[in-house]
Amino acid sequence: MSALSTATLKVWRFDPKVDSEPYHQSYQVPVTKGMTVLQGLFYVTDRLDGSLAYRSCCRAGVCGSCAMYINGAYRLACETQIGWFPDGQITIGPLPRLRVIKDLVVDLDPFFAKYEQIKPYLINNSQPPGKERYQSPEDRRKLNEMIDCILCASCYSSCPTVWMSEEKDGYLGPAALTKAWRFIADSRDQGAKERMEVIASENGLWRCHTAFNCVEACPKHINPTEAIQNLKKKAILGKLGIW
Amino acid sequence: MIHHQVIVVGGGLAALRAALAAQEAADVAVLSMVYPVRSHSGEAQGGINAALANNPDGRDDSWEKHAFDTIKGSDYLADQDAAETMAREAPGCVYEMEHWGVPFSRFEDGTIAQRPFGGAGFPRTCYAADKTGHVLLHTMFEQCVRRGVRFYNERMVISLVVEDGRCHGVIALNLVTGELEAYHADAVFFGTGGAGRVYARSTNAVINTGLPMALAYWAGVPLKDMEFVQFHPTTLYGTNILMTEGARGEGGYLINNQGERFMARYTPRVMELAPRDIVSRSIQTEVLEGRGFENEYVYLDLRHLGKEKIMERLPGIRELAINFVGVDPIEKPIPIQPGQHYTMGGIDTNIDGETRVKGFYAAGECACVSVHGANRLGGNSLLETIVFGKLAGNRIARAFSGGELPPSDPAAVERAYRAIEQKLRRMATADGHENVAQIREEMQQTMFFKVGIFRERGEMMEAVDKIAELRARFPRTSLGHSGTTYNLELMHKLELEGMLALAEVIAKGALAREESRGSHFRRDFPERDDAGWLKHTLATFSPDGPVLSYSPVTITKYEPQARRY
Repeated sequence: MSALSTATLKVWRFDPKVDSEPYHQSYQVPVTKGMTVLQGLFYVTDRLDGSLAYRSCCRAGVCGSCAMYINGAYRLACETQIGWFPDGQITIGPLPRLRVIKDLVVDLDPFFAKYEQIKPYLINNSQPPGKERYQSPEDRRKLNEMIDCILCASCYSSCPTVWMSEEKDGYLGPAALTKAWRFIADSRDQGAKERMEVIASENGLWRCHTAFNCVEACPKHINPTEAIQNLKKKAILGKLGIW
Repeated sequence: MIHHQVIVVGGGLAALRAALAAQEAADVAVLSMVYPVRSHSGEAQGGINAALANNPDGRDDSWEKHAFDTIKGSDYLADQDAAETMAREAPGCVYEMEHWGVPFSRFEDGTIAQRPFGGAGFPRTCYAADKTGHVLLHTMFEQCVRRGVRFYNERMVISLVVEDGRCHGVIALNLVTGELEAYHADAVFFGTGGAGRVYARSTNAVINTGLPMALAYWAGVPLKDMEFVQFHPTTLYGTNILMTEGARGEGGYLINNQGERFMARYTPRVMELAPRDIVSRSIQTEVLEGRGFENEYVYLDLRHLGKEKIMERLPGIRELAINFVGVDPIEKPIPIQPGQHYTMGGIDTNIDGETRVKGFYAAGECACVSVHGANRLGGNSLLETIVFGKLAGNRIARAFSGGELPPSDPAAVERAYRAIEQKLRRMATADGHENVAQIREEMQQTMFFKVGIFRERGEMMEAVDKIAELRARFPRTSLGHSGTTYNLELMHKLELEGMLALAEVIAKGALAREESRGSHFRRDFPERDDAGWLKHTLATFSPDGPVLSYSPVTITKYEPQARRY
């Protein structure tokens, strides 16, 4: 790890209410051991420029607020150490191709609207027992990774089909589809049929062209492409009447 | 003006659970400062307690034993009827969450897995690896989606409207547009989380400033037991990110610079699994006596657990340690130190979440029922949110179906709106050279080092003076810009005003309480004093500072005894 004394944060700025064009603004921030890009942004807000806008919350990599495009990669600002970049030059932009509200804050309403479409909840209409529904450790392990999703929208922002798609009612995107597979793969869930009606549709899983951008973008090391391939398999088997 | 019968403030577990329950009988809307899945509930790692008796070592567990452990852990300050309610409701609430889809880790027989936790007589902490809060929060949000709960996201509530002992609504700042919004409601529920950010070295999310507690306080609702602040023993050195108690539950060691498992000196029977207050003081003592590393931290050593167990049970801890301190716990011990973690005190409520203000309810970390008393047990906070969120939501639903609430008055909301509008205008035009962040940092340092793990009169008097000085400097902070969208500077200023009020309440309550109990440890009064201090502190707002009064602790069947582990 390098012992930087200062770093330059080159931050993408744009306030649609005021600016006609986006621009970059550079800030010099003092660097301490283990300091993260998010802490660098805190320093900017606290000491240099209160007008900079970004989202943050847990600062521990679990809430999904601070997904940004940092030095050419999708990253959580809170998990990214300034020291990883020995030249101390850090370029920070909002999640690409999403509508910018201001600076690093993007509109996530379309992302969440698509998440809601896939019925993102366990469907089991049988009377629950007085205790838990049993699930074997093996069945439970099938959900690993997928349940780590923090809905940060990195995958959604990285997906070429999303770029080419309508913001409203367009392609569901990798996060929503992975969530769908998370439930269909759950031994307790009985909602596969009704969920497949939504996701095996015009704007659903067939529009995934396996670009694998989402796999690379995911800060939680989830493999949405694999989840979508599993859904495709399920859809074909369903057409053939095998389930 | 926007009207809903019920306004739920907060997006975490307590708020969402209350919304789901209240929606059974009323029109509900949720106002959340963040997209709800970002809420701090999601940061909880180790688990949620319920006496399910699934663990082969826990077959004799019962809700009564859970209640007793909670009461003993609280150093007998918990209201015993509330602790009993929580423990009794726990299994049903956990099963309900399982039925709703929570992917709990499982035992071989397919039941919910349970691990040992500090201060618990049996392994009763249900978990999903070390991401229990995350999966509970996502599942709760999923249920809200399923039931069509109405959300107003990225709204920061900055006023609780109370007139004549009746709540009429809230005023919120829309963070995206920068506009003030008035919400008229017949019932308002706060599930807004703790106030960790009043302290330096906190595990809490940056939104956990406790401002809503201050709003309730300013509106005349007393805050209870605020001097009881939990310091978690194992937070990552440098960032104070939480390293779950589950790491010790799974068998992790605490090691000093002599290579000793030093807990043998403090709690030889239960070793690392003593309650948090005791383990934090033990670590701090090791560091103060020169047996720490760099005079700052000790090690949490997981290496002997082996790669397989760490990857299966503690994958999140491993990832955090790698990302934030470059340490893979499979190969090296993790540097940890105690950090502020939980606000035991809060808005004074009863078991049904009711407060002294008609139509105003609260539950979760922002509230004080009280079940945690002077020290909360690990695994009881997630439980508290779900149990008491549900009970409060049910109470609200009953109030509507029974027509119990008198009409609320939109004119009161209108008056509050105009007052807040003027206040924001004053803030925007305030002149001065003080910096919000500077005052915040001075407050956080003061609270951590003078009203912290070890306390004594002289230092706390200094803290009280310092907070008064910071409060005097606060009006001289100015805003550097007038943008409306996502104005972080304005948000931070509003939050700081609330935090300074809470800091004053905490410090004055701690100074007044001349005994040691749970997390409140006085070097100058090192013993618990049941004759003088087995009572709750109530802080009521006055323009001259908090007025302290006291109320009795409810004892059912557990007579206070010496707390030994």
